[in-house]
Amino acid sequence: MANTQTTLSTPAAGRAGGEHTPLRMFVRRFRKETTAIIGLVIIIIFVALAALAGLLSPYPPLEQHISDSLHAPSLDHLFGADKLGRDVFSRILYGARISLFTGLSVVLIAASVGTLIGTVAGYIGGWWDEAIMRITDIFFAFPSLILAMAIAGALGPSLQNALIAVAVVSWPVYARLVRGQVLVLRDQEFVQAARAIGVGDAGILLRHILPNTLSPLLVQASFDMGGTILAVSGLSFIGFGAQPPTPEWGVMISEGRNYITAQWWLTLFPAISMLLVVTGFNLVGDGLRDILDPRLNK
Amino acid sequence: MTRFILRRLGGLLFVMFGVSLLTFFLAQMVPIDPVAAALGGNAREDQIAAYREQLGLDKPAPVQYAIYMGRLFRGDLGQSIRTRRPVLDDLRDYLPATIELSLAAMLVSVLIGIPLGVLASLRRNSWTDALARMFALVGGSMPIFYIGLLALGVFWRQLRWLPGPGRLDAALSAPARVTGLYTIDAALAGNWTALANAAGHLVLPALVLGYFSAAVLLRMTRSAMLEVLGQDYVRTAKAKGLKDRVVVTRHVFKNAMPPVLTTVGLTFGSLLSGAVLTETIFSWPGLGRYVTTSITNLDYPAVMGVTLVAAVVYPLVNTLVDIGYSLIDPRVRIG
Repeated sequence: MANTQTTLSTPAAGRAGGEHTPLRMFVRRFRKETTAIIGLVIIIIFVALAALAGLLSPYPPLEQHISDSLHAPSLDHLFGADKLGRDVFSRILYGARISLFTGLSVVLIAASVGTLIGTVAGYIGGWWDEAIMRITDIFFAFPSLILAMAIAGALGPSLQNALIAVAVVSWPVYARLVRGQVLVLRDQEFVQAARAIGVGDAGILLRHILPNTLSPLLVQASFDMGGTILAVSGLSFIGFGAQPPTPEWGVMISEGRNYITAQWWLTLFPAISMLLVVTGFNLVGDGLRDILDPRLNK
Repeated sequence: MTRFILRRLGGLLFVMFGVSLLTFFLAQMVPIDPVAAALGGNAREDQIAAYREQLGLDKPAPVQYAIYMGRLFRGDLGQSIRTRRPVLDDLRDYLPATIELSLAAMLVSVLIGIPLGVLASLRRNSWTDALARMFALVGGSMPIFYIGLLALGVFWRQLRWLPGPGRLDAALSAPARVTGLYTIDAALAGNWTALANAAGHLVLPALVLGYFSAAVLLRMTRSAMLEVLGQDYVRTAKAKGLKDRVVVTRHVFKNAMPPVLTTVGLTFGSLLSGAVLTETIFSWPGLGRYVTTSITNLDYPAVMGVTLVAAVVYPLVNTLVDIGYSLIDPRVRIG
């Protein structure tokens, strides 16, 4: 029932039975996207590292060993030690927790709020639609990082407030996306058919329209995970997000800024971690888009 | 055309109103008293009260907003709490630095992104293509502040190939102001030392900032080119014996450009966000750094000034792109 549109427009798909469920078709196509698989593997590795940070990290992330100050990478300190003798490898692992958590929570909040608002705008239409779209215009006119900074600044600098700030600037994208989808879907035949057999507004929205907006949402969310991780660490880097001594990657790069070439390990490892995680999400986003947008299939 | 421009202008006014309301609302949320903070710990109660009255901050919020909007219509953006100067004067000082940097970054991204995108599309699935896509992927995933710090560390501190932070060496004085863009002003004044120095200072921040839009442009150019390359008329052009170079320049490139142009317009707007981090790292005295300091000091009149400018620039650039579109592409009609 979830994918009413597909079943209605291609009746042949239903005939073959379990073989061709949308999920299986999706998995089969995804497996052909080599780069997306690479992205997914990177994400899984980082999720595992973050989950097992307590087990894998040789030192507590905040523990100082002044005698190891600025220690180059070695067997004792795989990724070296910072000025206070804290183990960079351990801090990277705990930093993965923070980055993945920030990405996930911001995207969840922004996507839920945006979907709700976009659905209202697209389905009810009229004056509501006009008002909501003009509000999103205002958000799009702001350079997002500056608005996020202004919000984080007003709330007071902390990781939590940086999360709120980035979520506040991220929802309009989802609202626009969902609204556009809803506008197209609500006049489709399968929705009219559902309405004709007496399905109420809630049923139409929840069972027929929203499930069909899921694929573009998923693509956007995947790209946004990477974007959010970069934005939150950027905010932390300039002092509006996580504060020292938190092992957040942006904070780590900021703390190592005076050692960028001589003690390169202080900044290179957090930067590479961020590059890998964000690349992972971008690759998955690319792959999902190629699979879910048939126009791009070649 | 006139109707289109008028409608866009109306939309712009509405957006400016919304942006000012939003920033004003944020200013009300600030838990610390910015006036007391600006005057420092030694200020007496009556001094703080007097400064607050001078800024009009003693009145209730809706009245403050009404006064602010009234002034705004006369082109007055209020007074900065921190610098104690009219916000408009501050903007006049800081905006040209950001424009100069953004234009230079735009140039970098167009010069790198479009040719690489074309090359990647013509040699699809080759090593060149793979390298170009890798270059774009890293550009979209690398923290800009790390690249900036690294570039500064290597090319300035270590190798001494390029000048360091700021717009000009401390020993030089800024060229007489005409446009506010140091490179252009220096050239106008015939001051070649200042021109070379200002241009040198631009190289690193422009490369760093431009790389990120270059990545976006590269991807856009590549996919637009690929789409056109698959069209029937391209096959016809090849079939009738046109040289590859002619097909690519006359038929493919021309038709692939419109979406790329739109992207150029869109990325120009997003450069301001990137400029915040780039300007912080390169001590570039532009809007990004001004707004960062203003937010840190809870100087919300200044923040409102910057956000209003940004809110005008972004839609303005996009409208100009749309108008440009209708001029180069007869299929596009606006209105």
